[in-house]
Order: sequence, then structure tokens, then C-alpha cells
Amino acid sequence: MLATAVILFREVLEAALIVAIVLGASRGVAGRGRWVLAGIGGGLSGAALVAVLASTAAAMLTGEGQALLNAAILLTAVCMLTWHNVWMSAHARELKAELSAVGAEVQSGSKPLTALAVITAMAVMREGSEAVLFLWAIAAGGEGRTSMGVGALVGVGAGVLAGGLLYRGLLRIPVRHFFSVTSWLILFLAAGLSAQAAGFLNQAGLLPALGQGLWNTSAWLDQNSLAGQLLHILVGYVASPSGIQILFYLATLCVILFLMYRPRWRSL
Amino acid sequence: MNRIFWLPALMLAFSGLANGVALGADTTAVITIHNGKFEPSELRLPAGVRSRITVRNQDAFPAEFESIPLSREVVVPPRGEVSFFVGPAAVGRYEYFNDFNHDMKGTVVLEAAGGQ
Repeated sequence: MLATAVILFREVLEAALIVAIVLGASRGVAGRGRWVLAGIGGGLSGAALVAVLASTAAAMLTGEGQALLNAAILLTAVCMLTWHNVWMSAHARELKAELSAVGAEVQSGSKPLTALAVITAMAVMREGSEAVLFLWAIAAGGEGRTSMGVGALVGVGAGVLAGGLLYRGLLRIPVRHFFSVTSWLILFLAAGLSAQAAGFLNQAGLLPALGQGLWNTSAWLDQNSLAGQLLHILVGYVASPSGIQILFYLATLCVILFLMYRPRWRSL
Repeated sequence: MNRIFWLPALMLAFSGLANGVALGADTTAVITIHNGKFEPSELRLPAGVRSRITVRNQDAFPAEFESIPLSREVVVPPRGEVSFFVGPAAVGRYEYFNDFNHDMKGTVVLEAAGGQ
């Protein structure tokens, strides 16, 4: 039961933290709750579909297909996070004013609501498909089904709780600093996801490693420990990264920072 | 807004270029999951070249092949198989485990080509 709870907790944690961050970062944008819920629903459906395909050993997910699918999902999420952050950096002032004054909803510009839904769906789908596959196998194997089911519920509940705690924690940040904190969180989140995508493309043989395992910091911080895993999700910590992952990480940081600050440079 | 799509476009262009480079003969190997164990538990491969590993799951339970030093992570469906590339990497011992069951472990040993 405990093993099941731990596995499900780990699978759910990443999606829950990402959803918490985008929910926090889009604070004050009207209608976001509906879109994030739609994203969660879409992500769960996608996860179930991927799990069904995987269990029938569909060609799409054998060979190198799985790594390609993961890379595509991650890069889509990176694009959406970029769009979200650039939009937020342009509208943070209005949102801030609204949060402190409790006024009318922010109207200007196309709101990044589709981005919210897509980011949420991608995060839930990627982590969820593994969770669904695992749960399905539990349901199929008769022995100890009840205790594993309880373990699964505990694990999923704990993961969602962690996301909820992060969200509540974010809301406590003073409005003055709120949007700069969340946009930095999203910046590093996106860079980490981009590095993961590079790893999957290399795994599929589409990108050169440019040096596999350039260093190994496992002795200092085990990537499988709770702290290592949290840092892996939040800032993309990888104990033994390859050159291509570092390149993608830095390139994503630079591109998003450039897009976020360009309007300000222009007006100088 | 369109500008942000430059990043993935560039990445895809780059991966397309790399694809041409990546073609070529690779060493291939199979790791089988059978009765809750990886077989062989120690897989020997040449160092310094790229190898293609296929993980074949003969059990009724899904597994997640994960290696921190090789930075590889792949779900292997029950009674299914998945392939991926490793390397080129230096001579050494590279541990891996099943992320769905941490008691299942194995090692990929990269050895100097032709040498003992």
C-alpha cells in the first residue's frame, strides 16, 4: 500500500505543482478557473487514451515513439508558458491594480486562457498517463487490490494537497512582488521542461547528447530524494545532465527573458 | 505573439539536422523484464559509441526504466517493449532501476572497445 501511495504521489506531484504555479501566476485574470478545469479534464482524458494505447503496445508508444510524444508534449507546454509569461509581463501592472483595488476584470489584449488550459492539460496528461497505466495494472491484478487502491487514493490525495499548499503559499506573497515571483517561477519551470524535452529527443536518437553526463551531483543531491524531485520539477534539477540539456535550458531562459523585457528596452 | 513560436521552430530545425548525423550503425542490445527482474542484470556495451537498447517487458505489470547517470526515463507497458539510445558515454558503470518498483535494479557497463 505504501509503495503504491509513494509512486502515485510522485506522479501526481509534478502535475499538481505546475497547475498550482499557473493558477497562481494568472491570478486576477477573469475566467481562468473554468479554463484550468477544462485543461485538467482534457489532460485526464488524454492520459487515459495514452495509457490504453500503451497497454495495447501501440506502435506509437513503442520503439522511440514514447520519447517523441513526451518531447512534443513538453515543448508545447514550454511554448504556452512562454506566451503566458510574455502576456503577464505586459499586463502585470493592470492586474496588480485590480488585485489591490478589486475592480473590473482585466479586458485588454487576448487573455492567455487557452495557454492556461493547454499547459494544465499537458502536465496532467504526461504525469497522468503513467499514473493511469499503473492504476490499471493494479486493478487488473487481483491480489491486494483494496489495499493498493487505498494507497493510490492516499498518493493522489497527497499530491493534490502539495499543489494546494503551494498555491496557498503563493497567494500570501504581497501583491507588490506577486507577479515578479510567479513569472520567475514560470521562467525556470519552462527552462526545466525544455531540458527534459531535449533529453527525450536525445533518447530517441534525434539530437546529439553533446556529452552525456557532463557531471554527476548525485552524491550531493539525489534526484530521487524528495528535495531532488521538487527541484527537478521547479527549476529542472538534473543530477547528471547532458550537453544538449544544458543548451536547451540556457536557450529557453534567454529567449523568454528577451521576450519579456523587450517592450521595456524598446521604450527606453 | 507569433514570435514565441520561433523557439520550437528552431529546435525542430536543429533536431532535423541532427537526425541526419544520427543515422548509422549502432550497437543494439536487449534487456528483458521477467518475473520482476532485469535480465541480464549487468549489460555490457562498448563505451564511446551510441547504442540502442530495447527493454522488453514479459511481466503483466508496467515498469519505468530509469537511469540517473544515463539520464534516461521510459515507461515499458506490460507485455510491451520500448527502445531508446544511450551514449556515446565514457567507460564506467551506469546504474538503472524500475521507478515503479525500486527493488528492481540493474547496471549498464560501458567497456573500452575491443579491450578486456
